[in-house]
Amino acid sequence: MASEHMSVEEVKKHIKVYWMIFGSLLVLTAVTVGISYIHLSFTFAVILALVVASTKASLVALYFMHLISEKTAIYLTLALTAVLFVILIVVPWMIPMGAMRSWLVS
Amino acid sequence: MSHHEMPFWKKYIFSTDHKVIGLQYGITATFFLLFGFFLMILMRWQLAYPGIEIPLIGKALTDTGALTPELYNALGAMHGTIMIFLGVVPMGVGAFGNYLVPLQVGACDMAFPKLNMMSYWVYFVGGVIMMMSFLMPGGAAASGWTSYPPLSVISNNAQTVWLVAMVFLITSSLLGSVNTIVTAIQLRAKGLNFMRWPIHVWAQVTTAFLLLLAFPPLEGAAVLQLADRLFGSSFFLPSGLVVSGEKLAVAGGGNPLLWQHLFWFLAHPEVYVLILPAVGIVSEIVTTNCRKPLYGYKTMVYSILFLGFMSFVVWAHHMFMTGMGVTLSSFFQATTMIISIPSVIILTTILLTLWGASIRFTVPMLFAMAFLPMFAIGGLTGLPLGLTASDIHLHDTYYVIGHFHYVVAPGTLFALMGGVYYWYPKFSGREMNEFLGKLHFWVSFVAINFVFMPMFLMGSKGVSRRMYDQTQYSHGAATQSWNVVMSTAAFVLLLAQIPFIWNMFTAWKTGKKVQNDNPWEATTLEWAASSPPPHENFPTPVEVYRNPYTYSATTRKVLPQFIPQEG
Amino acid sequence: MAVHIPYIDKPNPVTGVTNAKLGVWLFLASEVMLFGALFSALITLRLGVSDWPHGYDVLNVPLATLNTVVLIFSSVTVVMAWASLKMHNLKQFKTYMSLTLLMSFIFLGIKAVEYGTKFSHGISPATSNFYAIYFVITGLHGLHILGGIIVNAYLLGPGSHMWKSEPERFTGRIECAGLYWHFVDLVWIFLFPILYLL
Repeated sequence: MASEHMSVEEVKKHIKVYWMIFGSLLVLTAVTVGISYIHLSFTFAVILALVVASTKASLVALYFMHLISEKTAIYLTLALTAVLFVILIVVPWMIPMGAMRSWLVS
Repeated sequence: MSHHEMPFWKKYIFSTDHKVIGLQYGITATFFLLFGFFLMILMRWQLAYPGIEIPLIGKALTDTGALTPELYNALGAMHGTIMIFLGVVPMGVGAFGNYLVPLQVGACDMAFPKLNMMSYWVYFVGGVIMMMSFLMPGGAAASGWTSYPPLSVISNNAQTVWLVAMVFLITSSLLGSVNTIVTAIQLRAKGLNFMRWPIHVWAQVTTAFLLLLAFPPLEGAAVLQLADRLFGSSFFLPSGLVVSGEKLAVAGGGNPLLWQHLFWFLAHPEVYVLILPAVGIVSEIVTTNCRKPLYGYKTMVYSILFLGFMSFVVWAHHMFMTGMGVTLSSFFQATTMIISIPSVIILTTILLTLWGASIRFTVPMLFAMAFLPMFAIGGLTGLPLGLTASDIHLHDTYYVIGHFHYVVAPGTLFALMGGVYYWYPKFSGREMNEFLGKLHFWVSFVAINFVFMPMFLMGSKGVSRRMYDQTQYSHGAATQSWNVVMSTAAFVLLLAQIPFIWNMFTAWKTGKKVQNDNPWEATTLEWAASSPPPHENFPTPVEVYRNPYTYSATTRKVLPQFIPQEG
Repeated sequence: MAVHIPYIDKPNPVTGVTNAKLGVWLFLASEVMLFGALFSALITLRLGVSDWPHGYDVLNVPLATLNTVVLIFSSVTVVMAWASLKMHNLKQFKTYMSLTLLMSFIFLGIKAVEYGTKFSHGISPATSNFYAIYFVITGLHGLHILGGIIVNAYLLGPGSHMWKSEPERFTGRIECAGLYWHFVDLVWIFLFPILYLL
């Protein structure tokens, strides 16, 4: 509903939220860069970096892109995309890596 | 403002009218289908008579007049590419989707007419670029339609042209699929809720989703392969690769299987992109000519949706031989068996629609009915390929070629031809000649089975695909006589298309005029418009009152979706 | 062209969205799959070799951090441009849209400096697969920025005449252009840690 019919008052409320989100994004950027200077173990660093990035991405998607108050048609499209995205990301490297590496190197 | 006052180039060349664009797609795709077929005729001559000069045109192609192995490879790669990406998909999705989806949902045009025009022209440019690949020194792209690296990365420059053309074709498909989905969902006529959509609309929308979400990974992969070829990266080149006795001077560390994953992530859904519009077309033709509602409309809808989704999780069954491990193989084997269930349900619902019907054996109906057993053969022969154990024997043999050609050629192409006969009165206001139609059907039907049926036999004997001359091997020489039969049949099949092409082009001006706008007495919305429909399709907004396919076999009553109940 | 296509400026009562909005989201869905394929390639390549460098050792983290801030700020300005139209303030819209454009140019400028340094050190996609995937993903992202610049510049310039004739449709266009721009920002939000910080 949010994006189509809004009074000036409502828009002003939204604007306040936008600047707050901007602040949070800056803080999270500082956090993720800061973490990278500590040189944690690789697995832990990956998890932390992805958690922070996902948080930032969610803030952008939910508030700037108004996904927090969107319509079912768009949610359905994105849900389908999300499932396929995960499959696309995960399957290719599920090839047993040991076996792969041995014939790649030999 | 009227469409008729526009200059010729705006009305027929750079038109934004979905009907003109649909016909443009249809005519361009017909050209490419014939061209791709012609390439295959050249190859079939070589297969039947290895090393013997091709009559009439041989000397124009090579010095000896016979195909060289290099040229054979190029023709094979281009036949596959042209047939799939420039022929069948633009015909099924571009032509039929564009022309019929807006009409069947009661819309005045596509949701984004300019985008629609753009997707046709991007496709056209992609096609032209793909054709230019023939003019490259060293010949056209020759790494197969699958363009597997490392071969494709180290092959001649035509491969770069191939990749650029693919980027254009993919972009065109993406634009088109956004348009189709938005049109079908947003521009529905009043009363046309989702469960009143004709099956053809369901099929086209599902297809559009497949194109939308499966094509981008191939676009990404094409960009990576372009980088490998142009900028010297080694995404698909492993370390220590040796070519012609010399170590390749690249950084290495790449993974050729990565291409296969990204390629088949598109190319398996692509199979359903080829088949789903055909299923939609056949459903329309069968219900109209059976004068019966579709047996199990909802079952059909859910099967199509499930099929569409599952098509994204079966791709690695093309890769059983890559050594990807038992776990992954078992997973993809299971999903492959699961996806056969909705396919069988779809076929069964259409088949059961025939039960107890008073069938009108019109030309489109003949094609639609031939589709059923042909697609069934294509589908069932796929099962041994989806099981890892039997795939070891059959992988990359003629059996595979037979399997997917049964799905696409006597399957999809027959459905598309039936669609041309069925909707021709809608396109032109005239009918195609029935005698020529029947001649076209029967000769094609017999010939096409002689082309593809022996492939199963040759494949089970172990004859590999993409082979220039199988008589070099004793097991190949043993089945060589079949090649002569197949090539003869292929030539007959080519001749059988002459009456069709002739019929299609002459009937436009000289065909029998239709008596009314709904010559087949059909029920779906496209028949509410006049034949051919004017620029904005419907003079007043149409309204939908009931489900599609409200026929009664017993009372012979027809209730089209667009006519309010009388009495 | 007198074709009357419904739901151009007003949402379809059943789906609740305009044609353009649904269209843009579908397009973005396909973009997710495009970048998904490239990220998938990155993971596969990285797991396939033992000598993959750490981004922070070989790439310029401070410059990239600055670029992150620039891009996040442009995301705020583009959503503010849309909010300005919602408050019927065309002048404020133009200010924010110009800021968005300025930020996009700064982003590309910084990117050019980064690329230039790499090239001057003789580093190219042929150097290693790390650089290859770095150049391809950031290059494709840069092309998306360029596309956004063209769209936003059009909407700021000649495209803004529509505000007088069809204000609702114009606001819808700005929203759609904004959605695309946020998406480009979103890609960078993932791309930055994965390439530079790990």
